[in-house]
Amino acid sequence: MKTSIRRAVVPGVAALALAASLAACGDSNNASSGAADSSGASAASGSASTDSSTAPAVNNSGTLTGGGSTAQGSAQVQWATDFQSKNSGTTITYNQVGSGAGRTSFESGAYTFAGSDAYITDPTEYASAKKACGADPIEVPDYVDPIAIVFNLQGVKSLKLDGPTIAKIFAGKITKWDDPAIKSQNPGVSLPSTQIQPVHRSDDSGTTQNFTDYLSQAGGSAWSSPVSQTWPTTSGLNGNGTSGVVTTAQGTDGSIAYVDASKAGGFGIVSVKVGNTYVAPSADTAANDLAASKVDPTAKAGQLNYKINRTSNDPKNYPVLLVSYLIACPTYSNSGVASLVKNYLSYIVSPDGQASGSKASGAAPLPAGVSAKATKILSAIK
Amino acid sequence: MSTLTETQPKRMRSRGQAGDRVFAGLARGAGILILVVLAAVFVFLLVKGLPGFNASAATIGQGFTSFWDVGWPLLFGTILIAVLALIISVPFSIAIALFIAFYAPRRLAVPIGYIIDLLAAVPSIVFGLWGGQQLANSLRPVYSWLGTHASWFPLFKGPYAGTGRVGVTAVLVLAVMVLPITTAISREVFAQTPKLTQEAAIGLGATRWEVVKLSVFPHAKSGVIAGVMLGLGRALGETMAVVMVYSSSPRVTFNVISNSSPQTIASYIANNFAEANPDKRSMLIAAGLILFAVTFVVNFAARAAILRGERRMSR
Repeated sequence: MKTSIRRAVVPGVAALALAASLAACGDSNNASSGAADSSGASAASGSASTDSSTAPAVNNSGTLTGGGSTAQGSAQVQWATDFQSKNSGTTITYNQVGSGAGRTSFESGAYTFAGSDAYITDPTEYASAKKACGADPIEVPDYVDPIAIVFNLQGVKSLKLDGPTIAKIFAGKITKWDDPAIKSQNPGVSLPSTQIQPVHRSDDSGTTQNFTDYLSQAGGSAWSSPVSQTWPTTSGLNGNGTSGVVTTAQGTDGSIAYVDASKAGGFGIVSVKVGNTYVAPSADTAANDLAASKVDPTAKAGQLNYKINRTSNDPKNYPVLLVSYLIACPTYSNSGVASLVKNYLSYIVSPDGQASGSKASGAAPLPAGVSAKATKILSAIK
Repeated sequence: MSTLTETQPKRMRSRGQAGDRVFAGLARGAGILILVVLAAVFVFLLVKGLPGFNASAATIGQGFTSFWDVGWPLLFGTILIAVLALIISVPFSIAIALFIAFYAPRRLAVPIGYIIDLLAAVPSIVFGLWGGQQLANSLRPVYSWLGTHASWFPLFKGPYAGTGRVGVTAVLVLAVMVLPITTAISREVFAQTPKLTQEAAIGLGATRWEVVKLSVFPHAKSGVIAGVMLGLGRALGETMAVVMVYSSSPRVTFNVISNSSPQTIASYIANNFAEANPDKRSMLIAAGLILFAVTFVVNFAARAAILRGERRMSR
């Protein structure tokens, strides 16, 4: 009985969904064509178009569900709003569940795309993503955010530190603010003998992963812990999420912490040694560093996985940055979904989308070269 | 037990009252449903969490090599923080309950009772905000003093971490949160002590305090213990307030004013769940299973204490 009902209903629903998706998709293309010209975001898809703006959004039609990284969350909200206002009838949902959960949902098929603060490195995870897509998944950067190293020290607004010193501070090897290593780099700054209290993230985070990556590359022998999403040791103060770290650092004399640059207000900020000078975090310098980074040699055709250059000597580059990725499939069985994914993700990495997203989140827009490469990869989705 | 539930509906049916039958069915359904839900939670934790007990070092991170490396410190931290909270809140609870039941004039006792009950209704996230944003900062001078002058005491060994976001603050916030539960139950139990023995004690020339000591406490002991146990259950499982209030990591230490206070299971799970991959998730669920078991044992102990008390009172 049950199966016979299902047998009758399933094709019906599928047919309905397909019809609706074609209608909605054609609709979205029509609506976006004007906007697409200026943004260069969406390529026209060849799907059949019936001009029915009243088409109900059934199942997959005009609805796109993705999720993951909270770092790019506020930018995603902006992108979804932009895209929906240009394409009436589409609904974009981005669930800010965290990179790991986002990737898992993508691999299980619950999400059509994922946002992740790191490209997939775990072999088992990669295998299930590949299985979910039927091919190597697409991974392109869509969000660049400088990570500011901030401190709370009365009377001091900015400090200059090199990689090894920062690594020693976070490893607990330098414990006082008036340590000679800090003093020698900051002549003229009167440093108190306050205890240094490093504050780290207590939750797993892409910010931690990128920061420990910086420490291990730029810190030299001073940093021996692994690069990981979880802070590698159990010592020191911590806070849950960026806001938790900010609260803890604000409430602690002599604290030093790493936070998304957009949340660094009210703190003293560390300029990081690059080459022979010290560079402060900014959107431009972070984007420059990504532009100067190389793609991981193991990356497949549809992947722009950057090995971020943490040891640049160019004073235009700020090496402590977080790069967040979009993960999607190169092909989708439903052409309506495919064109929606293609159009939305292409909008995100387009110069327009990047400008809008960075305005909303305080992050850096993708460098033009990276944006062009990502657009090329995403435009091949079908 | 089973004969009781079977005979009752039969008698009702013979009277032919449909309403009674429906009501009995609904009540029985609700009772069974809650058991099913509890069993479902347990089965979920067991099935999803069992692989987590064999989690690899890479999954756990932070330099831990096996599940129990992190499991024991978390269990320790959970119990330490909860027990310290009780040590602070229980004397207050009993004093407040005694005040309401015996000492306060009626026009004062009733509003105080209401306010205490209201405290139980404040969501834990509000306590978290208050504790993390205000209380922690206000207590910094106190911790600084404790760190320099009371460092001989293991709990305040320090060194003071320049911050109020340490274990003691979590203990204090939890104490405030547990207070209304223990108070409400103690108050009820005190109110139930027989007037006769109290009057007898007064008749023998006992003072107020002697009345409480001789006739109220012996009667109320098991009830108060049950209230304390229920409070402990809340303290063990409290998550949001704890996460928002202090900085912690899984380690075995009594030092609750230094920069590395012991972490509770609930806060460990909350901190790590969002970005967890499937392996880590099952490890977190395994930690949840431990917490479930501990709270279950605590609540079971509370029930046992209540039962024993009831039996003694009916005697």
